[in-house]
Amino acid sequence: MAETAGAVEVTEAAGPPEVVFVERSRLVEGVRAYGLIATMWLRSTMAYRASFAMTAFGNFAVTAFDFVAILLMFQHVDALGGYTLAEIALLYGASGTAFGLADLVMGSMDRLGRRVRDGTLDTLLVRPVPVLAQVAADRFALRRMGRITQGALVLGYALVTLDIGWTPLKVAMIPLMLLSGAAIFAAVFVAGAAFQFVAQDASEVQNSFTYGGNTLLQYPPSIFSKDLVRGVTFVVPLAFVNWLPALYVLGRDYPLGLPDWVAFLPPVVAGLCWLLAGLAWRSGLRAYRSTGS
Amino acid sequence: MNAETRTDTGTDIRTDNGKGTGTGFIELDNVEKVFDVRRKTGFMRSERRQVRAVDSISFRVARGEMVGYIGPNGAGKSTTIKMLTGILTPSGGRLRVAGIDPSRERTRLAHRIGVVFGQRTTLWWDLPLRDSYRLMHRMYRIPDARFRENLDRCVELLDLGELLDVPVRQLSLGQRMRGDIAAALLHDPEVLYLDEPTIGLDVVSKAKVRGFLRDLNAERGTTVLLTTHDLTDIEQLCKRVMVIDHGRLMYDGALAGLHEVGESERMLVVDLERQLPPIRLESAPSVRTVKVEGPRQWLAFPASESAAPLVARIAADYPLADLSVREPDIEAVIAKMYASADGMEIGDGGARVQ
Repeated sequence: MAETAGAVEVTEAAGPPEVVFVERSRLVEGVRAYGLIATMWLRSTMAYRASFAMTAFGNFAVTAFDFVAILLMFQHVDALGGYTLAEIALLYGASGTAFGLADLVMGSMDRLGRRVRDGTLDTLLVRPVPVLAQVAADRFALRRMGRITQGALVLGYALVTLDIGWTPLKVAMIPLMLLSGAAIFAAVFVAGAAFQFVAQDASEVQNSFTYGGNTLLQYPPSIFSKDLVRGVTFVVPLAFVNWLPALYVLGRDYPLGLPDWVAFLPPVVAGLCWLLAGLAWRSGLRAYRSTGS
Repeated sequence: MNAETRTDTGTDIRTDNGKGTGTGFIELDNVEKVFDVRRKTGFMRSERRQVRAVDSISFRVARGEMVGYIGPNGAGKSTTIKMLTGILTPSGGRLRVAGIDPSRERTRLAHRIGVVFGQRTTLWWDLPLRDSYRLMHRMYRIPDARFRENLDRCVELLDLGELLDVPVRQLSLGQRMRGDIAAALLHDPEVLYLDEPTIGLDVVSKAKVRGFLRDLNAERGTTVLLTTHDLTDIEQLCKRVMVIDHGRLMYDGALAGLHEVGESERMLVVDLERQLPPIRLESAPSVRTVKVEGPRQWLAFPASESAAPLVARIAADYPLADLSVREPDIEAVIAKMYASADGMEIGDGGARVQ
């Protein structure tokens, strides 16, 4: 790139006074633009307060019933795949909270395909802020807090009930797991959206990785086939969202016999996922700008 | 072919730092856009075909010009606008707007251009109009004083005062278009692109929009490039018109000249007091009566001629009750031009440029 961040350039406009155009870091610009657009969406939803309250509650209730199903199951069995209710609650809560966070921040990215089809993506491309930030902030909705609340409640229940020999590392693992997990899910959202530049109706494919992945991670890895576990560990590294770190906290072995230290890899994995997702996004946007469809 | 000197596209062209080279504020040199169209021919098999949406177009627009860009649907108008705004990357040729390469420095260019897509509003549906402007203020980092000044001017000239606190979803199409135009101008763009700015508007709204654009161009020297289907837009706003068809620049010049090139005809619709045989004027051989329906007759005459002497002659010889003049529609003009272009070399974009 010819432009370096931080360069100050003075452009000479015809009539109006001199404009000082400052090139800022794209990350800072992106986060700022995200905040501006998300605020606009918040204000838009506040135009319909009752509707907001109902959908927020509905969002909470739907996810809550999800856990009720697990509770009912444990009325008949004492363990699932060798895991107790509280242990599964830890997996469930960690995955649910991480996914909820990603969904809150990036959840509308699967609308990109529609924007490509109806041409409204073009209106984002003529603005002086990164397109990724604009697409991510699209339809920002606080009602998605419902899912986070539910996940956090289940996680809280697990942490209170479980008898864990806490060490400083295990304590640090909990926030690390949630943040890295959210970042991994967010990267999947971005990669899925990037794929929609070429296949505009692929939002279902994306959903199978995000929503489907979240459901998968709510159960212990021991109940799934080894091939599937391998797939979500090495191909789409969702296992790093909660399985590996949570099993470390619980002091249990991972089915694939990986060493203990892999439990600390989630931040690295999240960084890698973001790098790949970022590259995918760039090439997707480039493909769009050369084909226009 | 093209006498203009061209800077090598391979070298760094940012030396002019925004002033543009020579006369052109917008410069296109043999710009093309080729799309790969894939057609499915079976399971997992597809056939590739190349479509040249824009085929070697060259033109220059000086600062402060107001240019109409017209052509039938699918002619390549939108593709050109999308390349000029940096949405699409050209497949070939050289393109500069204010000295900036749009496809490489899209966000830098965004501060200097305004874009209005006639059929896609950028305003916030559920929020008062004012909020959309506030977002522009912060997103474009417009200095407070300048923002207030620009907003006040737009509000006054576009008659938006009463609408600022109304949610956009409650605005009429015409009000929304005015709102969109104001939104595109708050950051003082040097060039304004309008894609079908009067489409679907009523007569009053159209007049308001046109009047505002004329003032904007005259008083602030904003360069305006507009695409339209409505020839009246061009007649009232643009001294210069460019016609594009099948991705090639067919014509670039004054509107009157377009009628000459297209050999187009205007239509005089005459209502006589009673039914009479077809009107025949010995003194005007270029006029032909094309249709008779009771007392109403349709007379075609070359668009380059004035209607006044013709009307006077008819009024002298026939019992005239009423009359109206119909302008040729752009599709007809272009169709004629296209037919006459066969074998002739007016397809070359550079041929008529300035």
